[in-house]
Amino acid sequence: MRYLGRRLASGLAVVIGAVTLTFVLLHVAPGDPIERLLGPAVPAAQVEAQRHLLGLDRPLVSQYAAWLTRALRNDWGTSLVSGRPVAGLLARAWPFTAILVVLSLALSYGVGIVVGALQALRSRSALDTTLSVITVSLTAVPGYWLGLMLVMVFTYELRVLPAFGASGLDADYLTSWERAADALRHLVLPLLTLTLIGVGGAARFTRGAMLDIRDAAFVQAAYAKGLTPSRVARRHLLRNAAIPLVTLLGLSLPAVFSGTVFVEAVFAWPGVGRVLVEAVQARDYPVVMAATTISAILVVLGNLLADVLLTLTDPRVRTAAFSTPPPA
Amino acid sequence: MNPILADRRARFGLAVLGVFIALAVLAPLVTSGDPDTPRDIVATRFVAPLTRDLFGRFHALGTDRFGRDVWTRLVYGARVSLTVGTLAVAVAVWLGTIVGAVAGWWRGPVSTALLGLTDFALALPRVVLLLLLAALWRPGAPLVVIVLGLTGWMPVARLVHGEVRSLAARPFVESALASGARGRHVLWHHILPNAVTPVIVAAALGVGNAILLEAGLSYLGLGVQPPTPSWGNMIASGRDVLVNAPWVAIAPGVALVLVVVACTLLGDAVRDVAAGPSAKFEVRNAR
Repeated sequence: MRYLGRRLASGLAVVIGAVTLTFVLLHVAPGDPIERLLGPAVPAAQVEAQRHLLGLDRPLVSQYAAWLTRALRNDWGTSLVSGRPVAGLLARAWPFTAILVVLSLALSYGVGIVVGALQALRSRSALDTTLSVITVSLTAVPGYWLGLMLVMVFTYELRVLPAFGASGLDADYLTSWERAADALRHLVLPLLTLTLIGVGGAARFTRGAMLDIRDAAFVQAAYAKGLTPSRVARRHLLRNAAIPLVTLLGLSLPAVFSGTVFVEAVFAWPGVGRVLVEAVQARDYPVVMAATTISAILVVLGNLLADVLLTLTDPRVRTAAFSTPPPA
Repeated sequence: MNPILADRRARFGLAVLGVFIALAVLAPLVTSGDPDTPRDIVATRFVAPLTRDLFGRFHALGTDRFGRDVWTRLVYGARVSLTVGTLAVAVAVWLGTIVGAVAGWWRGPVSTALLGLTDFALALPRVVLLLLLAALWRPGAPLVVIVLGLTGWMPVARLVHGEVRSLAARPFVESALASGARGRHVLWHHILPNAVTPVIVAAALGVGNAILLEAGLSYLGLGVQPPTPSWGNMIASGRDVLVNAPWVAIAPGVALVLVVVACTLLGDAVRDVAAGPSAKFEVRNAR
């Protein structure tokens, strides 16, 4: 418990640090949201006046303090570009990102563990080699390119799946069943892209983890007492290989989130990644700050979740010192 | 035979990287014409691969929407992508080695602070940071190198820190210190040379990753700016013409995957060979 408290405290420090860093970077960097908002035709006095109205001419420290106090009260301000509340903007966007992240993590680890285990059990076979070539290629494919290739095949050639957005233009006129089917069809390509990228890493890791312990004494003992190979594989090999996998799962949460930034850009998926990219380009300070805060919290929670899950899967960790960091 | 060359993955990786590096270096010899300026946009745009345009010029990979030869741009793009990737990793390795070595060798508040900084930087969402840094200053190749270097040094620092810590307890370090060598001398001349292999592995894997990220930033318009070709902005420029000229996006993507796979396999092979004879078994396995 005390350990958890300490981890939470250091996680909080990371979030605050990330947010502060973002704030400083945003305001130190050249470029100004007001100039972008008003355009070149507006007189300088008007720009100054608008800047004053938004408090952007105040010292950086007091701006930061003002932002922080409002953020702590869950007031995220309004978007400089659209004039709408940031909270609403992100509340609309995050379920789209969450569904992509959660489903693709579950699918890619599900498929990746099966593929990796299969490879480890049939290591050195032609099947292992073929799957190795496929998985290493999948880890090397940029998500946005894979997305484009899938769009080319499934949208332009086969004409079976939509390529852009989360719902069709006619979604409002459909019955609820048709609308659900429409949403599912829109989900397929972004989800497939993210899943395929993730499968490679998960499979390679599972294969390595299982081969690492294949010759361990406890595995030999399991065979020696007459267990069937499939039982040894499931109960002894896979269960122990799951320990590093759990850590990887937690650590890959931020990576998957990063992946969604690019995939959302390709598929015009209305998630947090796209909001963030657009806000950064428009210097929409409040939106960038809120989106960064969310992603920093997500990363910290992912790491924390990995540690907690590790404690649950590996009883040895519960008693051991918690000083060993997870592999980077 | 060199144990590295005995590994099939390493041979593949070296061969692919060798070909791409040779192409990048010899770019003017293996291509014809300027990668950035077309001759006649209307007459030469979207020429299919393996055909000739109206001027009789042959295009192995076709042309893009401005009539520029995709092969030429791919080769000049290799210059940009490989250079940016390598330099970015060089920055990351340099920073990471310094931080890791200092933190591992001199214990105390400095070490604690550096390790804390490493963990903090590791916990930041890298792509968000990349987006911010790249979007806020004027995008371009030097910025991408700095940004990727500044966000990529932490794994190297952790690695070097661990190596230095374990090497510092070895007898040869003690003997060097006992014979009067200064601490800094021992660190640079006795410890760090022994910690090189894992850093090389991390660097090989890092180059692939850096090339991917550079392409990603360029794809979003935050990296290398057109008309200078980089594989990322070439893919981006093929995005809108997927239907009538798919080769524009396919070619740089395939090159990207090949190079990144080559880096990964090379890194894997070096790691397995360095791990010693006990890992040989594994090496054979992977074939």
